[in-house]
Amino acid sequence: MLHTFVALVEDKTGLLSRVTSLFRRLNVNITSLTVGGTETAGVSRTTIVAEAADDRAPRIMASLYKLEGVLEVDNVGRHSAVVRELALLKIAASQKTRSDLFQLAEVFRARIVDLAPESLMMEITGSASKIEGLVQILLEGNYRILEMARSGRMAMRRGHHTSRVLEALGDTPRVEPTMLAGDRKHDAPDLMAEDDQA
Amino acid sequence: MAMDNSGKTNLNSLNSSEAALYSQPTRLTGAETVWATMVGEGVRDVFGYPGGAILPVYDALRKFPIRHILVRHEQGAAHMADGYARASGRVGVAVATSGPGATNLVTGIATAMLDSIPMVCVTGQVSSKVLGTDAFQEIDITGITLPITKHNYLVSRTEDIAPALREAFRIAKSGRPGPVLVDITKDAQQNSAIFDFAAAAPAPYRPHPMLSADSAAIREALELLRTAKRPVILAGQGILHSRAMEQVRALAERAQIPVACTLLGLTAFPASHPLNLGMMGMHGESWVNHAIQQADLLIACGMRFDDRVTGSLSTYAQNAKKIHIEIDPAEINKNVHVDVALVGDLKEILETLLPLMPKRDGSAWLRTISTMKGDASVHDIQQLPDNGHLYAAHVINDIWRETGGDAIIVTDVGQHQMWEAQYYKHEQPRSLVTSGGLGTMGFALPAAIGAKVACPDKEVWVVAGDGGFQMTSAELSTIVQEQLKINIAIVNNGYLGMVRQWQEKFYDKNYEGTPLLSPDFVKLADAHGIQGTHVRHRAEVISAVETARQHPGTFLIDFHVEQEDSVYPMIPPGAALHEMIRRPKQSPLVETATEI
Ligand SMILES: Cc1ncc(C[n+]2csc(CCOP(=O)(O)OP(=O)(O)O)c2C)c(N)n1
Ligand SMILES: [Mg+2]
Repeated sequence: MLHTFVALVEDKTGLLSRVTSLFRRLNVNITSLTVGGTETAGVSRTTIVAEAADDRAPRIMASLYKLEGVLEVDNVGRHSAVVRELALLKIAASQKTRSDLFQLAEVFRARIVDLAPESLMMEITGSASKIEGLVQILLEGNYRILEMARSGRMAMRRGHHTSRVLEALGDTPRVEPTMLAGDRKHDAPDLMAEDDQA
Repeated sequence: MAMDNSGKTNLNSLNSSEAALYSQPTRLTGAETVWATMVGEGVRDVFGYPGGAILPVYDALRKFPIRHILVRHEQGAAHMADGYARASGRVGVAVATSGPGATNLVTGIATAMLDSIPMVCVTGQVSSKVLGTDAFQEIDITGITLPITKHNYLVSRTEDIAPALREAFRIAKSGRPGPVLVDITKDAQQNSAIFDFAAAAPAPYRPHPMLSADSAAIREALELLRTAKRPVILAGQGILHSRAMEQVRALAERAQIPVACTLLGLTAFPASHPLNLGMMGMHGESWVNHAIQQADLLIACGMRFDDRVTGSLSTYAQNAKKIHIEIDPAEINKNVHVDVALVGDLKEILETLLPLMPKRDGSAWLRTISTMKGDASVHDIQQLPDNGHLYAAHVINDIWRETGGDAIIVTDVGQHQMWEAQYYKHEQPRSLVTSGGLGTMGFALPAAIGAKVACPDKEVWVVAGDGGFQMTSAELSTIVQEQLKINIAIVNNGYLGMVRQWQEKFYDKNYEGTPLLSPDFVKLADAHGIQGTHVRHRAEVISAVETARQHPGTFLIDFHVEQEDSVYPMIPPGAALHEMIRRPKQSPLVETATEI
């Protein structure tokens, strides 16, 4: 099954290669990887989506924690979370076909961000399935996708849950022991469960 | 937590100008900083080999109270640092230059990684200005060693050297220990910066966030212990790392639980203890593996259920509940699913558990095991009549008798390694130094040098095969140059014996690539100025061993043993732990050597 790990790591040269090297060593394929900033300077957030048997997840988490510079790891797949991806699509479009694409964009809540005589660029944000839905409709409509760039997934737990590490970073980074298989009790009820329709 | 470099006395023994280095910030070159930091961390001995990119560090060495042992190959430096750490529990240090110096360390680093040995390697690197340009002897050693170190650093600024090195020592010895590499560019060694030892202290050790041994888990473990009828303790090297020998012994004695040891855990529990069953696994004695297979509870202490100790996983200890006490959460449920995981420092966990532990009567189970043992054991190997053959088992057995089980034995990898494990009865913690996880041939001679440097007052023996000995025999020169006293036993069977044994059993005796020509090892020793002797008959073993022990310098004995002897019992690959190939009936060797 697919696991979505969020790892907060020190923003240092080489740390990303340690993280990815770990997955390679465990013979686990990474399906998507994003890295970017967080609310704390010097800390990067990586979201790693990887395919692995369910019972391997705790070991992957434990191994991530063993890397120097990995501050906190969460397996958000086990919790209610907002998972988003951004895609840019360059689609062949003449003056004639443009308006159909405009309509399609509206249905998918995508935006047209560039317009050229023979193509246009769409920007879409949402779940992976929403993006894949758009792609499928385009292909079925015989549109030619000239280029596509997907950002990879980003994920954040719903509710008030925040990283305790980052809160504590003011003094020394310290993580309270968490149960091996147990859950942290920070899941807020799924009040805002706004599902992305496609 | 687990390891302590106990070298703080070192700082006290410095003279006043040296001591001032640690009380007030001082401007030093990067090269001086390397040594100053090491002295501060308690380092007394390093194993190394110079070259261009590490020359500034060598140039500064004479100013510091550190013994440098010049090796003959950097792999030797890594194994020496490793043997030093295994024998003493202190962090071993290896130094090498960039490029080929650094890559030569790789096998030694991997050996330490797989066996969780605390080690720090310092390598020189080309100047930061030319990093990434394929400059002369530039190699990406931090990239190469990324998966075989616990952590590594590329340091290109002088002011980063002390903090990186200090953190390297902390990482190497804390939690589950392991090797750390610090790669330092030449310009960082040459430039100077303020050295402030205290300010360079690493952040405090952060225990792995997934450690957990809460009271509920402890209660569950106690309940399993209380109700078990056929419990077995599995003793691993983690006991040594955690210094929990007393606690494990207390657990065993209090609850009358027999103890089976892994290869690296052999010295964690005295061989002569009545509850010690011996080594488990692929070449473990039959009663040990049968006891595990019949157990209803396994208490795994600081071991990782390696494939060499489990046999086929699907048939492993099927009727046993399992308690796993282990500091590395990534080891839990990796190979064997466990019922209770106590994840943390073994000693601390056992200290919590022990006072709550009820006394229990284990006599029925112990009697059962002793019956299994009786059926396998014939009689003392020593009582067997001399049939004209010299068996490796005799050699090991006699070394054990003569040394009283108290010497540090450093083995290579192969049949002789397994015979050592079977026939040498270790009484002292850390008295066996052997490469388990990686199984690195060529380990013994350099690791023995490390062990001897770490423990100069101990009697140190090398037990090596004719194959593995030739991989690193150049280190004989190091022994002579450093004036070390080591006893060397070569178990010479004319074969890459362990591989030949597999060919015999599983490849139709197709001895391809295993017959091995060797030099006259006694002459080789002689060429180094080392005395030695050949032994071809059983009757000569004891006197040769005694000659070696009495000789003031290093002494080499070339034991010409039976060529096609095999190690038994043996679990064939893929078979269950109890499906051992037993010693052949006509074998003059026995399955136990307990009664002297
Ligand atoms: C560096 C290395 N290469 C190859 C092997 C595979 N191997 C394991 S045991 C062995 C034979 C060792 O022969 P020898 O040193 O003569 O010891 P013996 O088994 O005969 O006692 C070999 C080749 C290894 N463990 N390490
Ligand atoms: Mg041999």
